[in-house]
Amino acid sequence: MCLAFPLMPLAMAQPAPDALAKEVESLKSAVSAAQTSGDNAWMLASCALVLLMTGPGLALFYGGLVRKKNVLGTLMHSFVLMALATVVWAVIGYSLSFGEGNAIIGGTQYLFLNGVGTDPNADYAATIPQLTFMAFQLMFAIITPALISGAYAERIKFSAMVLYTTLWLFIVYFPMAHMVWGKGGLLNAFLGGKIPCFDFAGGTVVHITSGVSALVAAIYLKPRKGYGVDPIRPHNLVLSFTGACLLWFGWFGFNAGSALGSGGLASSAFVATHFGAAAATVGWLLAEWMKSGKPSILGGISGSVAGLVAITPASGFVKPMPALLIGFIAGVVCYLMVTAVKNKFGYDDSLDAFGVHGAGGTLGAILTGVFATNAVNNALKDASGNPLPLGLVDGNAAQIGNQAIGAGIAIALGLVGSFICLKVADMVCGLRASDEHETEGLDLSMHGEEGYNLEA
Amino acid sequence: MKKIEAIIQPFKFEEVKEAIKAIGVDGMTITDVRGHGRQKGHKEVYRGQEYQVDLLPKVKLELIVPYARLDEVVSAISRAARSGKIGDGKIFVLPVEDAIRIRNDDRGEAAL
Repeated sequence: MCLAFPLMPLAMAQPAPDALAKEVESLKSAVSAAQTSGDNAWMLASCALVLLMTGPGLALFYGGLVRKKNVLGTLMHSFVLMALATVVWAVIGYSLSFGEGNAIIGGTQYLFLNGVGTDPNADYAATIPQLTFMAFQLMFAIITPALISGAYAERIKFSAMVLYTTLWLFIVYFPMAHMVWGKGGLLNAFLGGKIPCFDFAGGTVVHITSGVSALVAAIYLKPRKGYGVDPIRPHNLVLSFTGACLLWFGWFGFNAGSALGSGGLASSAFVATHFGAAAATVGWLLAEWMKSGKPSILGGISGSVAGLVAITPASGFVKPMPALLIGFIAGVVCYLMVTAVKNKFGYDDSLDAFGVHGAGGTLGAILTGVFATNAVNNALKDASGNPLPLGLVDGNAAQIGNQAIGAGIAIALGLVGSFICLKVADMVCGLRASDEHETEGLDLSMHGEEGYNLEA
Repeated sequence: MKKIEAIIQPFKFEEVKEAIKAIGVDGMTITDVRGHGRQKGHKEVYRGQEYQVDLLPKVKLELIVPYARLDEVVSAISRAARSGKIGDGKIFVLPVEDAIRIRNDDRGEAAL
């Protein structure tokens, strides 16, 4: 600076101030373009990973657990939602979930994806095109209703299934997604919600709603013919194994993708996800080994899914060691849910959608209130920009209450919403396949084809 | 001519096949079957649900032999298929009226 004065005569050679400002502007936009490229690359990959969870992941997981006469019907329950939920989402679902509306449901501003283009929506994800955000959220709207199919497998009429899940998206999913993640939603901790609830990747929105809705569906539909009398065994656990491993793989997109960028938060969620799944697998296998004498592959894969479910709301808020703990607890609790609790009450949740997703999701939501810490996620700040305490470990015990309210709302919405949708679908087309069709199998009776034509 | 139907343990099949070959008998038909006699099945557990599986996998051999060779073949099968435990299976012997070789209409024992 001391040289500045003697050099004054040369000042004319320096860029003019407005040129300098232009230079800074162009550098800024280059930096932002670079960040967008990095974030968008991970987010597009995450979109594809989450879609992979439904087809073939969940489809194979469920498909292997049913009897062979229902394998195609079960695959179809997942696959048709990849198409159906996409169309509904494009036309109105995205708008009702993420458009600005009231505290319960979004508005019509993004009807037909009006105004959703390559520019980011700064409220949700400032560094990726809104189209990417829209597509990522769509994949969640596909898998959530597909999860319910575990409860009505092997006995629902296909037409009723299509109607039920379409209605369910409107009555349960879009409101819940808006409340938790939408701008101004009742439970949105980051965008002006009255009851700040932490749900990083969908513990309430995805797993509690689908799990509770599944329980209602299982009870409404009544058990499968021969349930508890005839052996109803999985027809191909190799398919289920393949599906579960694809779920685990895809879940990295589900949770780490929910960071909506490719920075440190994504790494944190990635590690928590993997640790949760691993510890839950250990927990379930141990419990099963002790109780029934043999650790089974079905137990192992069920445990991994239970852990993935429980870590979902917590994944972007907790450190690796609490992730192990959450996973382990989920493995043991969900094992008890699908063995002791289900048998005691006698409902036929065919593939344990409630026992794993409802129970695991609720557990995860509550434990998020315990272990969430601003050392992992500092997005929540006070007026002067200091990170606020998140969960009990940060000294904010009240968050457990908020989490319980969030879970309670998801449970209530799932119970009431699922019942309404079932009732309407039942009145319009009859929910349950006829005895004859059920005995014959849904593959032939609903779709006119068979999964295994061994003589072909 | 006699028909021998033997229901045996799947893991004994290779030994039985070799034993029959060793005494110079050509030709048999085998089928994977399920069934049970006194053995009664086993227990399977899926997510805490227990199932009693009564029908167990077995292999059924069918072969037709001249009457003169019957005892020899039956005892070869019996020796090879025996593990000494419940579930080893059974051998049935049935009369056969005639046999026809489709290729050239040979009849009776000449067709075997």
